[in-house]
Amino acid sequence: MVEKSIKEINSRIEDGSVNVVTAEEMVDIVADLGADGAAKEVDVVTTGTFGAMCSSGVWLNFGHSEPPIKMSKIWLNEVEAYTGVAAVDAFIGATQLSETEGMNYGGAHVIEDLIRGKSIDVHATAYGTDCYPRKLLDTTLNIYDLNQAIMINPRNAYQKYNAATNGSNHKIYTYMGTLLPSCGNVTYSGAGVLSPLCNDPNYETIGIGSRIFLGGSQGYIIGEGTQHSPQNNFGTLMVRGNLKEMSSDYIRAATFEGYGTSLYVGMGIPIPIINERVALATAITDADITTNVLDYGVPSRDRPKLAEVTYEELRSGTVEINGKDIPTSSMSSFKMARKIAGELKQWIKGGDFFVSEPVELLPKNTSCKPMKQRDRNLLVKDIMSTEVITINQDATFHKAAKTIVENAYTHLPVVKKDGTIAGIVTAWDISKAVAEENYKLVKDIMTKKVITANATDPVEVAARNLDLNGLSAMPVLNSKQEVIGIVTSDDISKLIARRQ
Amino acid sequence: MMIKVNISADIVGEPIIAESIIETGTILNISQAHFDSNHGEIIAEVEMSQFPKIRDALISRGAEVAILDNPIMRDEEECVECGACISVCPVKVFSFDREWNLQIDADKCIQCGTCLKMCPHNALILEV
Ligand code: SF4
Ligand code: SF4
Repeated sequence: MVEKSIKEINSRIEDGSVNVVTAEEMVDIVADLGADGAAKEVDVVTTGTFGAMCSSGVWLNFGHSEPPIKMSKIWLNEVEAYTGVAAVDAFIGATQLSETEGMNYGGAHVIEDLIRGKSIDVHATAYGTDCYPRKLLDTTLNIYDLNQAIMINPRNAYQKYNAATNGSNHKIYTYMGTLLPSCGNVTYSGAGVLSPLCNDPNYETIGIGSRIFLGGSQGYIIGEGTQHSPQNNFGTLMVRGNLKEMSSDYIRAATFEGYGTSLYVGMGIPIPIINERVALATAITDADITTNVLDYGVPSRDRPKLAEVTYEELRSGTVEINGKDIPTSSMSSFKMARKIAGELKQWIKGGDFFVSEPVELLPKNTSCKPMKQRDRNLLVKDIMSTEVITINQDATFHKAAKTIVENAYTHLPVVKKDGTIAGIVTAWDISKAVAEENYKLVKDIMTKKVITANATDPVEVAARNLDLNGLSAMPVLNSKQEVIGIVTSDDISKLIARRQ
Repeated sequence: MMIKVNISADIVGEPIIAESIIETGTILNISQAHFDSNHGEIIAEVEMSQFPKIRDALISRGAEVAILDNPIMRDEEECVECGACISVCPVKVFSFDREWNLQIDADKCIQCGTCLKMCPHNALILEV
């Protein structure tokens, strides 16, 4: 059994004899020498990741103004920061949006602009006190004018990320990027073989006080991250770093269309090889790491799992779902992850970075609970009208016209023989058929692309879809795609009025 | 070369494309086609030498023809080579090489704009 202390490893870093490899290089070393041989040979394995980490932000201290102010609200380039602490401290979070630019500029952009040394417009308000009389402040400053700019990210570097696809019939915009309809693509995140927590899944070397690569500078793990859930391999980290030492090569603002802003954070964790168990864990490959492909077309906390895939499959460019090859996209950058693991390796080799003994290892037994909610989650089936008139797709178009006129509906769901949805026919489709003297069957003139609601969708989801598509009503389907009702924007407005 | 043919509502029901192809004997390699009651749009590849003939044939039947010669461009400063753009492009303009560098085969681009919204770093540009 090989046992090495952190002290021993650090003395090798000191005298230049340390052997450092990246987690990618370690795979072959363990294959050649075995865990035992690799543990003797290698002192440190470096990891890296570079991807969107929404749960990121920076504590800023502005120094006191004259006369002094106790800021109650503050905006940086029109992005609000949180200042419910002492007088001139504020936390700028990555996903807060600009009040004028919306999704094009957010907290993440403020953070990147600070790193780049750009000037930031500050606007703050206060209620005024005897000790802090000032009520309004406007100034312009850059990162050098601040006392501190300390990045504190409450949840970074997920051990594992779910992959995303979209089983619905319309394009959706998510924090996993644009998802094309009918499972047109799959997106994923994470560095696979280089992923920090995947290389020490039992947290034998990672914990409070571990020194890491963060945004191009030396930062620290300050504990487990929020939602840390090691029991199902969703461990997370809370990290700290000095923004003043970071580089915009490794901290980048991003905008996800239709979702908002986020921060791409570059992080690398060195794994000191203290024994052969740790050495073996760092031999993990893309093929060993599996993840679930979830259907983001279902806007629920419990998204259905459509497939289980490995990172090797994801990174090959296509994955198979239900017998179909679907193109994949990574949202995080493997090339950057590799660069980070390589840079950290050079730092350690050059004696510029020492590994540290954690004060306490990360907890292994916590889990992540869903939210306790007071209101009952109302579903479409609770408010839909079940008196829905449909028409068979093989009916004549005259019959459709008659049904529409008799019932004063403008939209008529069209069904197949078995009651499943086939399309929708509107008064407009009928007039068009008349104009074209095209007296055919309903199925020839109907609109096949029909926006529907599922009976089990939350009402909020149906409301959003009605809104987005500018509709006043949608047919409601059960799990067999049969039309069982209709939900209208009227039903929903009434419900909201009642709740308020 | 790539071209885009637009067909307006009043003539969308007529076999303009087929007639033009037969009349000129030009091969149109159609990569995208979209038709609805309001308009029709076709993206196709055509031999440069045959382009004037088919253009004239299409225009004489009321279609609009545009050359797609402003393909996608990438701002290398902004791009982090994540590869998010790869899976949304309908004609596979983007790919990774063995070292995970993003490769762009701009000649294939049909200027649909889908990748612009996908790119988290605003690194893709399409000049109109
Ligand atoms: S999505 Fe944007 S940042 Fe990512 S590789 Fe494509 S162009 Fe580069
Ligand atoms: S504009 Fe369309 S065709 Fe061109 S690269 Fe982007 S997605 Fe592909």
